[in-house]
Amino acid sequence: MSILINKDTRVLTQGITGKTGMFHTKMGKEYANGANCYVAGVTPKKGGQNYEGIPIFDTVAEAKEKTGANASVIYVPPPFAAAAIDEAVDAGIELVICITEGIPVRDMIRTRERMQGKGTILIGPNCPGVITPDEIKIGIMPGHIHKKGRIGVVSRSGTLTYEAVGQLMELGLGQSSCVGIGGDPVNGMKHIDIMKLFNDDPETDAVIMVGEIGGDAEETCARWIKDNMKKPVVGFIAGVTAPPGKRMGHAGAIISGGKGTAQEKLAVMEECGIKVTKNPAKMGELLKSVLK
Amino acid sequence: MNVHEYQGKEILRRYGVATPRGVACFSADEAVKAAETLGGKVWVVKAQIHAGGRGKGGGVKVAKSIDEVRQYASQILGMTLVTHQTGPEGRLVKRLLVEEGADIKKELYVGMVVDRASQRVTLMASSEGGMDIEHVAEHTPEKIVKVHIDPKIGLTTAEAEDVARKIGVPDQAVAQGAAFMQSLYKAFDECDCSLAEINPLIYTGDNKVLALDAKLNFDSNALYRHPDIVAMRDLDEEDPAEVEASKFDLTYISLDGNIGCLVNGAGLAMATMDVIKLYGGSPANFLDVGGGATTEKVTEAFKIMLRNPNLKAILVNIFGGIMKCDVIANGVIAAAREVKLSVPLVVRMKGTNEDLGKQILKDSGLPIISANNMAEAAERVVAAAKG
Repeated sequence: MSILINKDTRVLTQGITGKTGMFHTKMGKEYANGANCYVAGVTPKKGGQNYEGIPIFDTVAEAKEKTGANASVIYVPPPFAAAAIDEAVDAGIELVICITEGIPVRDMIRTRERMQGKGTILIGPNCPGVITPDEIKIGIMPGHIHKKGRIGVVSRSGTLTYEAVGQLMELGLGQSSCVGIGGDPVNGMKHIDIMKLFNDDPETDAVIMVGEIGGDAEETCARWIKDNMKKPVVGFIAGVTAPPGKRMGHAGAIISGGKGTAQEKLAVMEECGIKVTKNPAKMGELLKSVLK
Repeated sequence: MNVHEYQGKEILRRYGVATPRGVACFSADEAVKAAETLGGKVWVVKAQIHAGGRGKGGGVKVAKSIDEVRQYASQILGMTLVTHQTGPEGRLVKRLLVEEGADIKKELYVGMVVDRASQRVTLMASSEGGMDIEHVAEHTPEKIVKVHIDPKIGLTTAEAEDVARKIGVPDQAVAQGAAFMQSLYKAFDECDCSLAEINPLIYTGDNKVLALDAKLNFDSNALYRHPDIVAMRDLDEEDPAEVEASKFDLTYISLDGNIGCLVNGAGLAMATMDVIKLYGGSPANFLDVGGGATTEKVTEAFKIMLRNPNLKAILVNIFGGIMKCDVIANGVIAAAREVKLSVPLVVRMKGTNEDLGKQILKDSGLPIISANNMAEAAERVVAAAKG
């Protein structure tokens, strides 16, 4: 098993004819079982064409009906990306992974409201995507730095996720799935949602939880872990040195009104029994130390 | 993006939010003329900078004659205003707002923010106007009323009236107070605000509800659809290094340390600052070069960092994914040569074509200090900065 995606997932790319969409669809197709997984692309008015042998459709609904796609990855530019999520949700796609960075928050508030009561799971936006190593990768992460194993990784940041994976690999530890939930303030799945999936996944033994300043999603997850998690979790929070009131690259990485500091998050995580490190170079070692 | 108080009020008035009448001024003569045009017997002369706490710092004065308007305007324009939000270096005042005086009976608070947990815009209101809302939230949280606004229907009249009553708006002005909050939400929503704060919202002797101050922040992701708001940007209020960096699609934030960092990805960039601190150093900046660390971007990033007179060393920390380490190594070398790098440079590269990248750095003949992981990189750059 794994979480969210595996070799049987069937993916359509929204925005497949853009530069980014083309590049990463090709990379995804070339990774592990990708040739079977990537089944469709969607770009309005370009239906009937194909890219790398992948048929392109005008709408998500049509692509889903003709190919059986059950997941979508979105590379649509920011002004149109929230509408692209809406389209995938309306078509009944089970999992939507939105890579696009820079979507207006107001658009995401409306999209999240529209998603209430619908079955779709959203990852992102402004995220690297999800990978289940040696099976499938959906997103912009480099596939070759990963290998199949039993550690779960969840993070709000792209390269910091790769850093965690790199450290695991040096210790010979592969990953069950790695999920980048994205750096935006209004997004889909949070740390807690991913943690629940890892908890229930028989092929995950332990989890690295990487967070950053802003909001309180890490604290919420930590409190859930304390009462429910059956597996060891270790954590790192980026931004101990971040000044208040400044957006640190990610739209959601901001300390506002004295809330959302790394120190506060680390304290709550420790209170909840999670082993944390203040050294981002030691995430892998810390994880290894808690394995049974 | 932030705007000045007078600009925020201008935007709010378009949506029917009541404010005192006022005029933005750039000289004492303009201030006098503005006061004469506004009429009345009392005026408020307010420094316009992008920071709170202006009153306590001496940037807000009540004038009871035209002579006093001239006197205060002359004093405040050109002063370096220091408040708890400007830092000790303060901010030079170049603009004023001259407003008609208001007969304040009661000061209240109304603010709106995007609440992450509910994923909605949240209205926060309090009877404790004129105070720091964070202080109120910490010491008397029961005095804050909150409404998570449904984006489908907006702030309803019933909700707004209920809030108005709870924060002590008198009965005869409840309808007006509710309309004020509904207009404020409309402005927040349609202008893509990330924060709107009216502190204080006042209730006057003649039963009016007015925004005495206005602080608006805007979602930078949405500025493409608000050219009128972008036109209000005041570059004097922003860090020149950050403005320069943004031209090259680099995210740069100045900090007070002496070790420059150049990193790909926001999370890794923060972690790099943290690890420098952990090993006893102090970061000079946050700098995210993004996914494509091209030679041009790295060169511009070096130039921006080197303008900082405190800079003692630079740490480049790149996780090469799709972007290969050999390409980045060539970019770093080209950039270091072009800017004639004068401080020690520590490079840590990891990921795709890592060995090739390290070899290129080694063969360059430049005095680049290589590191194998973040801890080693931090240790070496901290030592290099100490000289």
